[in-house]
Amino acid sequence: MEVKKFICIGCPKGCSLKIEHTEKTIHEISDYSCKIGLKYAKTEFTEPKRTITTTVKLKSGELPFVPVKTKEPVNKEKIFEVMNVISALEIESPISVGDVVVSNIAGTGVDLVCTRNIKKVS
Amino acid sequence: MKKSEYDLVIIGGGPAGLAAALEAKKNGVSKILICERAPHLGGILNQCIHNGFGLQYFKEELTGPEYASRFIEELENSDIDVKLGTMVMEIRDDKKVIAVNREEGMFQIGTKALILAMGCRERTRGAITIPGSRPSGIMTAGTAQSYVNLEGYLPGKEVAILGSGDIGLIMARRLTLEGVNVKGVVEVMPYSTGLIRNKVQCLDDFGIPLLLSHAIIEVHGKERLEGVTIAKVDEKLKPIEGTEQYVSCDTLLLSVGLIPENELSNNLGCEIDKVTRGPVVNEKRITNIPWVFACGNVLHVHDLVDNVTQEAEIAGKAAADFINHKMNKEEKDVIVTHDKNIGYVVPQHIDALNHQEQTIKFFLRVKNPDEEVRLIVKDNFNKTLLNLKKTIVEPGTMVTFNLSREFVTKDTSSIDISITKEQAQ
Repeated sequence: MEVKKFICIGCPKGCSLKIEHTEKTIHEISDYSCKIGLKYAKTEFTEPKRTITTTVKLKSGELPFVPVKTKEPVNKEKIFEVMNVISALEIESPISVGDVVVSNIAGTGVDLVCTRNIKKVS
Repeated sequence: MKKSEYDLVIIGGGPAGLAAALEAKKNGVSKILICERAPHLGGILNQCIHNGFGLQYFKEELTGPEYASRFIEELENSDIDVKLGTMVMEIRDDKKVIAVNREEGMFQIGTKALILAMGCRERTRGAITIPGSRPSGIMTAGTAQSYVNLEGYLPGKEVAILGSGDIGLIMARRLTLEGVNVKGVVEVMPYSTGLIRNKVQCLDDFGIPLLLSHAIIEVHGKERLEGVTIAKVDEKLKPIEGTEQYVSCDTLLLSVGLIPENELSNNLGCEIDKVTRGPVVNEKRITNIPWVFACGNVLHVHDLVDNVTQEAEIAGKAAADFINHKMNKEEKDVIVTHDKNIGYVVPQHIDALNHQEQTIKFFLRVKNPDEEVRLIVKDNFNKTLLNLKKTIVEPGTMVTFNLSREFVTKDTSSIDISITKEQAQ
């Protein structure tokens, strides 16, 4: 049996998590202090995921860029593929928190959404 | 000079100012004004586009702008007045605020109470003395964050970061995502000063090295930065000869700490704590001036906005009680002291006769990292009021705890907080 350790990124506490496993089979997860930690340990071991936050170019908005995020964490290996799609985007204002910019971005099954309200310049 | 009257003036429209205004409104203050220097509400949250905000306060993970928008939307639906692009020049001791903006020029606002919520600013190169020339390309991490996230351009192609504060770590990831080559983060202390989760998700995820116990000993380049020389440091933080390494880079970001922005408070005559560099306050967040309250990063630098919001609500509620004459007339001052393992405690004193809340919320920072310690609170009769186990304490992570009001009686003159090793018990 092998042991793998992670530091949970689920909240600012940063608990260290322990996974006992044989190759890809998990036997026991310990040291977590909440359900976020337990879930994080599982995904981090099988398929690490991260939420991507960046900006998208905005046309005729009060600001030149709007902040965006992937609504759910996406596969870690897909991060730069997602960034490539985003860097080519330019969207129309006005825009509100939660508006979908791209659905199923780079085939991740996750939507890219806005995170700030920005008015159109009249 | 144009004149107006308000019940409550709040200086700063960031997370502290927003939450304080809304809480004061909920507690029955009718005329509230927020003066904000920037063209938008939200403060630093607008450029903190990463996630991780709100886990405590909203029980969900939000980005900075999302966190801010919850308060801004609530504020827009209220009758709280906001003046944007407005710089407060002076707070006078006759309860008059002098401010200036493009539309109205210089004007005067009379008020019954005032909340300081100006936040903090970053320490710059001048504050930390890096030897060498003065080329362009050296800036604070927050300046770079504003360039990238708000204005949409990159500060350089090859970046070194000095200081492992959270903004520096966040910027290491942000710039990497935008295709910049981040060479590494240099930290003079033997531990990372930012949150551990940020080391994991911002550096380890992208293979960016963190060089602990290292310093930048020289800056190279004349017009534009060309590189830096780094070296290992000993326990006294002095560079060790023979460990020098040259790192080429066109940009150096500084993430070396934050300083509360207290010029206005200072000029007004607020007593300032030498360690926090913010006003000295009691548990109601009242400064030494009875009508002036303080909250958020102007009071002490927080690592979580959730704590700023909670603290701002305390100040907003207290200011409302002051305005509505709901505060206890008589006060009994209890001094809060601490041992040498603790850097500071906020509040610095408490009022034993305040019976508005059941618990008193404390914020403290330790001086050095430690494990398996106990946080002990005793009163002047040496009675233990609280004894909490803490698995890990770090200077980069603020410790918060609540003390039940029943422990502070009219006979209490001081309470002392200490952090001691478990076996010492």
